[in-house]
Amino acid sequence: MPDGATLMVKSLEREGVKAAFGIPGGAIIDFYDRIRDSNINHILMRHEQGAAHAADGYARASGKQGVCIATSGPGATNLVTGIANAFLDSSPVVAITGQVPTHMIGRDAFQEADIVGIVSPITKFAYQVRYTNEIPAIFRKAFQVAVDGRQGPVLIDVPKDVQQKEVPESVLEETSVNYLRPSRSPDPAKVKSIAKLLCDSERPLLICGGGVIASGAQDELLALSDYLMAPVATTLMGKGAIPEDHPLCLGMLGMHGKAEANLSTFEADTILVVGARFSDRSTGKFSEFAKQARLIHIDIDEAEIGKNIKPQCFMVSDAKLALKAIYDEVVRISKKRENTAWSRRVKELKDTFVPLYLKEAEGGLSPSKILRILREELPRESVVTTGVGQNQMWAALHFDAYSPRTFISSGGLGTMGFGFPASIGAKVARPEVPVFCVDGDGSFLMTSQNLATVAYYKIAVNVVVMDNRYLGMVKQWQDMFYRGRLSAVELGETPDMVKLAEAFGVNGARVGSYDEFRSAVRKALRSDVCNVIDVPIDPNAKVLPFVPPGRLLKEMVM
Amino acid sequence: MSARNELHAVMMLVEDKPGVMSRVAETFRRRSINIDTITVGKSEREGLSRIIVTLRQNAETVDLVVRLLKKMIDVVEIKELDLSTSILRELVLIKVKAKDRDERSEVLQLVNIFRGQVVDVAEDSMVVQITGAPSKTNAFIELLKRFEILEITRTGIVALERGASFYADEGNNSD
Repeated sequence: MPDGATLMVKSLEREGVKAAFGIPGGAIIDFYDRIRDSNINHILMRHEQGAAHAADGYARASGKQGVCIATSGPGATNLVTGIANAFLDSSPVVAITGQVPTHMIGRDAFQEADIVGIVSPITKFAYQVRYTNEIPAIFRKAFQVAVDGRQGPVLIDVPKDVQQKEVPESVLEETSVNYLRPSRSPDPAKVKSIAKLLCDSERPLLICGGGVIASGAQDELLALSDYLMAPVATTLMGKGAIPEDHPLCLGMLGMHGKAEANLSTFEADTILVVGARFSDRSTGKFSEFAKQARLIHIDIDEAEIGKNIKPQCFMVSDAKLALKAIYDEVVRISKKRENTAWSRRVKELKDTFVPLYLKEAEGGLSPSKILRILREELPRESVVTTGVGQNQMWAALHFDAYSPRTFISSGGLGTMGFGFPASIGAKVARPEVPVFCVDGDGSFLMTSQNLATVAYYKIAVNVVVMDNRYLGMVKQWQDMFYRGRLSAVELGETPDMVKLAEAFGVNGARVGSYDEFRSAVRKALRSDVCNVIDVPIDPNAKVLPFVPPGRLLKEMVM
Repeated sequence: MSARNELHAVMMLVEDKPGVMSRVAETFRRRSINIDTITVGKSEREGLSRIIVTLRQNAETVDLVVRLLKKMIDVVEIKELDLSTSILRELVLIKVKAKDRDERSEVLQLVNIFRGQVVDVAEDSMVVQITGAPSKTNAFIELLKRFEILEITRTGIVALERGASFYADEGNNSD
């Protein structure tokens, strides 16, 4: 008869899990004994936060559930940041934790933590398995809940005795439960009225968020945009939903968005927001956002409608089905638009601001130019992950993404240290494409112990460290809003990023010029191990444009 | 949120499992929404409990919290009750000071008018029980304030809709 640990592994296999990221420990040791004999590629991380981020990166790069595993107590609590990150960005991470034996629960046993209680506000579903024969059904449910509707993380907590108990093999077959609901399809009457609003509008704007990527709606988005000559602005999470070299793409909007994207929200007469949640970082001051326009909101999560901003018209639907239906109706009732006054205005806006982004920094290498070189050198389908802070916003502004799931960043939670382990997950999911992490020196150091993992498994991810020896984004705020009184942002001369890389047994290189950077990237692309490229940048370089918090999107500091 | 907000009642059917109540309560806590009353007990359906939450909030906040709760895996059904077509009841026990005959008979009169019951009499106090709609129980408590109220305990509000079924779509309840 199989024991619980065997059922856990078999359940993972049945869900099609190919890879998992984790760290073993006493309460999960039985599971680790069984996974040894399975075909699941288990990657031993060096910190559980990294395991959760790697699972997240895997999920975002592949569109499938990403799995992370930790033991009870500190193992489980170390996952928490990664789970919260996945929750805020609606990423289907399945976390599996060991737990102390059921008879010890609540007695403050060694390495006991109430992980189900801790993660309850940051998961779609968290469950402690109490009986071994529940395992197959709970695993099935968790995997389905993670991708059902608005995606998000789930956690399964399995006490040690539940893993050890033997039950008849048949419990595995008995689980034919299906918790998946059919995709929420658009309401035909609403589709008609939305299509009419769009067709009646002279200056339509589409704003798309991560929901467009999650539902795979990029083709439908592009078709609608082209047909109406409607420009597309994206949120950070929506980056890659439309190729950023497309003439109708305005790039990212928001606090650090592109000027043309922000200004377009004041000029459009109708704005269709799809799969986005009006985060304060995207809209600026809520009450002033797109006041002159008719606002239409489509999201799969009913609870998002009107949460931050009230639309004139909304529809609760899967983004792909919605955009397809709206496109069909638009085609039925109107002619394709070509070269409108609005599309000429969009081009004019874009042309106005391009020189601004090309402006170079003075006291070191310019982050924007570094990112443009990186874009020139990387194949179109390459995946880029980012840390959080200036490095992230520079990458969002200056590194164009061309397809969905190729730009992976911590949007909602803003988790420093996300980028590097996420790149490990992305590379495991998509070994055939180059994967680069654009990071800051502060952000990279938060999870860089996982260099040991990439060295051990020879995972060929590459890290570009935008190295300014500061917690740069905080410094930027202190410079701009706190009269330049720097406090606790200086990182000093340590560590030496090249030696750090070498200490872990991966390649390290420091570049002093744009040409050196270009050749370092080329070398990394040919390499089959990890390369850390340290790029000393101007410590005073700022992320611009910048909309101060709580202000209007047109009140940009340029 | 001002205290002037109207009373709203939300009814839900949830999985009868440990932790579900705490997740429901968490949804209110997260948005700093104060719950007026919450009642929970087994429902007519095996494995499901019925929860009634009442709160004083504006309609928008109640609507948002209903949509948030609807997303929870353990929430099987949820809706805001239309108070004009629902029956709301609660039970209140009140320990009131009544040291002499006059006071006792006065309390007893009030109890009779409100169709309550005296459930305990001690030397200088009485425990009375009253059931009814919140407007009635509140009015009763107001009247009793002339005496010294020692303790009050209330069950919170239970509710049912009159007539038509709670379920959105009867045909779809396959479980």
